Amino acid sequence: MPEFVLTVARFGFLILLWIFVFTVVGVIRRDLFAGVRSKSIVASPRGVGGAVPEGRPAKAKRGKAARQLVVTAGNLAGTRITLGEAPITIGRAEDSTLVITDDFASARHARLVPRDGQWFVEDVGSTNGTYLDRGKVSGPTPVPLGVPIRIGRTSLELRP
Amino acid sequence: MPASSPASTGEMARIPGMKTQRNAELGLLAFAMVLVAAYGATVEASRIGEITPTFWVPAALLSILFLGLHVVVRFTAPYADPVIIPAVALINGLGVGFLRRLDIGDALSEKLPVPGIFAGIGGRQLAWTLISLILAAILLLVVRDHKIVSRYAYTLGLTGIVLVMIPAVLPGSISEVNGAKLWIRIGSFSIQPGEFAKIALVSFFAYYLVRKREVLSLASRRVLGIDLPRGRDLGPVVTVWLLSLLVLVFEKDLGTALLYFGLFIVTLYVATERASWLIIGLLLFFGGVYVAYLLGASVGGPFANFYDRAEVWLNPFDNANYERLGGSYQLVQGLLSLGTGGLFGTGPGAGSPRFVPEVQNDFIFAGMGEEIGLFGLSALLVLYLLIVERGLRSALAVRDSFGKLVAGGLSFTLGLQIFVILGGITGLIPLTGQTTPFLSSGGSSLMANWLLIAMLLRISNAARGPAASGGGSDRSGGPKKAPTQLHGAMTEVIKP
Repeated sequence: MPEFVLTVARFGFLILLWIFVFTVVGVIRRDLFAGVRSKSIVASPRGVGGAVPEGRPAKAKRGKAARQLVVTAGNLAGTRITLGEAPITIGRAEDSTLVITDDFASARHARLVPRDGQWFVEDVGSTNGTYLDRGKVSGPTPVPLGVPIRIGRTSLELRP
Repeated sequence: MPASSPASTGEMARIPGMKTQRNAELGLLAFAMVLVAAYGATVEASRIGEITPTFWVPAALLSILFLGLHVVVRFTAPYADPVIIPAVALINGLGVGFLRRLDIGDALSEKLPVPGIFAGIGGRQLAWTLISLILAAILLLVVRDHKIVSRYAYTLGLTGIVLVMIPAVLPGSISEVNGAKLWIRIGSFSIQPGEFAKIALVSFFAYYLVRKREVLSLASRRVLGIDLPRGRDLGPVVTVWLLSLLVLVFEKDLGTALLYFGLFIVTLYVATERASWLIIGLLLFFGGVYVAYLLGASVGGPFANFYDRAEVWLNPFDNANYERLGGSYQLVQGLLSLGTGGLFGTGPGAGSPRFVPEVQNDFIFAGMGEEIGLFGLSALLVLYLLIVERGLRSALAVRDSFGKLVAGGLSFTLGLQIFVILGGITGLIPLTGQTTPFLSSGGSSLMANWLLIAMLLRISNAARGPAASGGGSDRSGGPKKAPTQLHGAMTEVIKP
């Protein structure tokens, strides 16, 4: 075998090996990089979170009470829950009120609690955080109607 | 209160990722086999000087075997992850190719004719691959739902412990190879029961922790910013810790001890989401190892072997260590091999792997590293990484806790085993006799790891398949609600 052929074979094999690796990555790229997008919405300084006083401007402004919780994006898109008096727990744990199938959600992710007709969202120690519109939720935060609550790849909204 | 009307949830909206991707798997598998054939051809070209007309036969045989498994997966686990089988198949195929390359090298140095396809360790590895794939297919056919396994958890746990302990209680003449008592040898036939114990133990741990996770994760005190569990909840952890230390002392094998202990700690961590378990586990393990080292230095006896290994690890280039029987000769030769390979290697078939003792077993990475270089080795490592990642991804996505823990535990075991052997070869940690999964010659390791892959495929099928019905992911409890349905708001429990 001429030296040249051997060299080509040697490097050709290594290159093929890496092409294989990248082909494999290509097949699963969707899974590998999903969720990176959410990194860009890290809590803005003027975020909704923090120790927001239990003001109720949203409610006062709209004058409508939320009656439904609607999943607008994610695996469960289209799901609706009729809101009552009881708090709603959200997470992957099977005993949650809303069991979401989202890789980026925690077992016990967030909960929605009604107080004086206004719904508050609260993160209950999730890994990836709960976002109200673009701000990270760090304490009980009032949820206006139609503003998306984001959990992993799932979005929820209160509807009248 | 009108909590929810299940009808309004309707059918779960199918997200676009729910394709089976079986054709992608087939394509990747074909690519992998082309690579195996190319490897075989390159080996023959540089070793024999010509490409024999039968160079493609091992690759073709492997293709038939993997194609068989692919067909089984198509019918029994249609939603299984598409990249696991091709990646493992490539590593397995390159392993067969490298072992055949050793056979060719040995025969030529003895001035013998080129051995046949089925001769030597390469041929034996082909046969082991066949048996392993049959076992994996049987597992896929028999276990149609991974949750069935949890019914036999205690049996499996007992089996696992017995398998671990057998070599320790057998006399050294039967169970000891190169100082580590991990084997059962009957005549020329030998198996390593510990390899199979991994899967049994993972299933048992998963079952146990699913039942205990609440108490383990909730009953805790906060000390110095970490959540410490209650004393009595530590019982099982301490038991497994003692078991792994016994393995360390009586089987003289740090790697296996680290494997079992790490496996348990990580399963515990996954079950409870408490980082304190990792900290406790690491402290316990390193504490135990350090004490064993000190005991080996002062007392000797059963700890002496461990002390020797640590000594070899710390000073491999020390002349006394190098000359001593069972000293650092192997480690140093392995390091020199990797160094000779450099970035791009000497080329498949152009190295001299036989300088490294046990190059077909523990040191196969050193032997391959010499020939494919850092560039090729890192490709192999990325493949391992991807296999582990796919396993963890299945663990994330699967809906039941048992499946999560099993998938997480199995993929972590695979990763840890690769870390232990690669760390040993490169001198990062003391060298221990672990096999390189799918690459090393040896039936036990290959069979056990293919069974592990079959289990991962089964769980990933449940994870990626339709959630509500079919796809083998039917919930075992019939009256249980489908996941898309919402539980009544009144019955919810908020855990403190």
